[in-house]
Amino acid sequence: MTSPQLPWEAEVVEHVQESPTIFTLRLRFTDPEQHAAYRFAPGQFNMLYLYGVGEVPISIVSDPEDVQLFDHTIRAVGRVTQGLAKLEAGDRLGIRGPYGKGWPLELAEDRDIMIVTGGLGCAPVVSVINYIMRRRDRFRRLVIMQGVKHTDDLIWHSQYEHWSEQPETQVLVAADQGTALWPWHVGHVTDLFDQVKIDFGTALAMMCGPEGLMKAAADQLLPRGMKEEHLFLSMERSMKCAVGLCGHCQRGSHFVCKDGPVFSFADLKPLFGVRGF
Amino acid sequence: METGFLPRAGLQTLLDTLLDAGYRCIGPQLRDGAIVYDALAHAEQLPRGARDHQAPGSYRIETTDSSRHFTWANGPQALKPFLFAPRETLWRAERRDDHTIHFVETLNTSTPLAVIGARACDLAALRLQDQHFLEGLNADPFYRARRKNLFIVAVHCSHPADTCFCASTGDGPRAEQGFDIALGELDDGYLVQSGSDHGAAIVAKLNLSSATEAQLNQVGKEIEAAAKSQTRNLPSRNLREALFANLSHPRWEQVAERCLSCGNCTSVCPTCFCHSERDDAALGGENSEHVREWDSCFTQGHSYIHGVTLRDDTHKRYRQWLTHKLGSWHDQYGRSGCVGCGRCIAWCPVGIDITEEAGAICAGERHD
Repeated sequence: MTSPQLPWEAEVVEHVQESPTIFTLRLRFTDPEQHAAYRFAPGQFNMLYLYGVGEVPISIVSDPEDVQLFDHTIRAVGRVTQGLAKLEAGDRLGIRGPYGKGWPLELAEDRDIMIVTGGLGCAPVVSVINYIMRRRDRFRRLVIMQGVKHTDDLIWHSQYEHWSEQPETQVLVAADQGTALWPWHVGHVTDLFDQVKIDFGTALAMMCGPEGLMKAAADQLLPRGMKEEHLFLSMERSMKCAVGLCGHCQRGSHFVCKDGPVFSFADLKPLFGVRGF
Repeated sequence: METGFLPRAGLQTLLDTLLDAGYRCIGPQLRDGAIVYDALAHAEQLPRGARDHQAPGSYRIETTDSSRHFTWANGPQALKPFLFAPRETLWRAERRDDHTIHFVETLNTSTPLAVIGARACDLAALRLQDQHFLEGLNADPFYRARRKNLFIVAVHCSHPADTCFCASTGDGPRAEQGFDIALGELDDGYLVQSGSDHGAAIVAKLNLSSATEAQLNQVGKEIEAAAKSQTRNLPSRNLREALFANLSHPRWEQVAERCLSCGNCTSVCPTCFCHSERDDAALGGENSEHVREWDSCFTQGHSYIHGVTLRDDTHKRYRQWLTHKLGSWHDQYGRSGCVGCGRCIAWCPVGIDITEEAGAICAGERHD
């Protein structure tokens, strides 16, 4: 039998530099049959293999119906991602996936949607924002809330401006430290929850980013009437195998790689915010 | 099925029968002052009269004048390394001159392996490793190939060590299931019972006489005494609630002051399955092996993720290990991850005793 962990070769079609440390790799499998057969859902991730160095789990940021290419937005921070940052068009790497459970997009239909993200961890939710924008009539109001430390940390600046001009869409951005010409709030993103206009009782929230921020957001949303089963979080843990075997991403009763990375707050609650789990 | 009697000299016949049937045989041997499992062709290679004296942080072998081969409880390892290899290549990447990358499977055909001398605790641990590696979302093909080819000759435990507590976890000392053949040792031979069709086929070739009532009683009595002689125990077979209700217990800090975070406990634990993956690139750059090897939740790197170590001190690591092993395992595998073999107690360099720690944390006042 074939090893479930054997990667496929992929080719970098385009390298897009989003910020000094963040870049997007636009990829295609070199085997046309594999490329044609490849399917994923927003919120799922792939293991990216840099030749001779190792693998990293990275969420897929492109739209599942964009069949030409699939994209990964990556921050160069460790050994593998700093190497991936040097790949250019025509370079090869290994890809296996997709892995995990993605965002609950069916449950989200015909509901108000709240997207909360913080720091640089916005890629998984940008995929879901784009997904909703392209299928706007299936969903009701959309509130996009993003907190960053420095104004420089907000990549895709123009996209946020574009989203804020869309009907039934509210964009709330905050930077802890402001700079000249910053059009949004200066302060903590949790200051902005009073401005959120959605039906909390039926709305669905999707969040990713630092757990401290997600906890602060949950502490705002739940008292306003949001249901724990409607609050979804994308979790990050160390992952080596991505198939539920290596044990690194075990957290309570789950392996984040196969039971997540997207969980409902109800599932995460017992250990949420407890350091060390 | 009927229990047969194999005289001591017949043990070599059992080995020869297994070798003739195409099995590579592995059995316990006394080496460097411990019981280890290695290639076995002759019954004389087995330990004779060896007793293991185990205590927190201590393992010593004494040789007695008993002619028995199985007068000991266990050594640092048993079945785990033969199925979940300590290190193996999962796949190989090859880079050609045109800079294309090719991925090559490295799964080899496995040869039939017979392991002699597995204990009841080892069989319980094997069942848990089977659940983890074979019955989840993604079966591991490397484990599966070896598991399919494994033949187990269990031996009921009549000489538990002071560190043993299998009676309290419900996993021993009698080998109840999961074996091909089970042996009960007597002074002049073995009671033989088969537990599978493969086992029955081997037993049929041994031309055994029937075991007598007295022999059956003797083996039963020794197993019963082995259970009664165990002094350690876990407070309950399910400590999930008690552990998670006590995440702030001061005992975690106290045990962390003693714990060296060396990972010996996880290496000798027959149920621990954590492993890491890394690349071994050839110096010339033409290929790279993607290797998996045993890892431990006690290492600094285990919980590392983009610049942050989630469990940055020993306190969090010990709590992670114990709450997973005795707590979350119930959610993930339907039972505790501890089979009462006591290895983590004996092989801990500072002698931390899992039964003592679990007892201290789960008994008395709650610290949530």
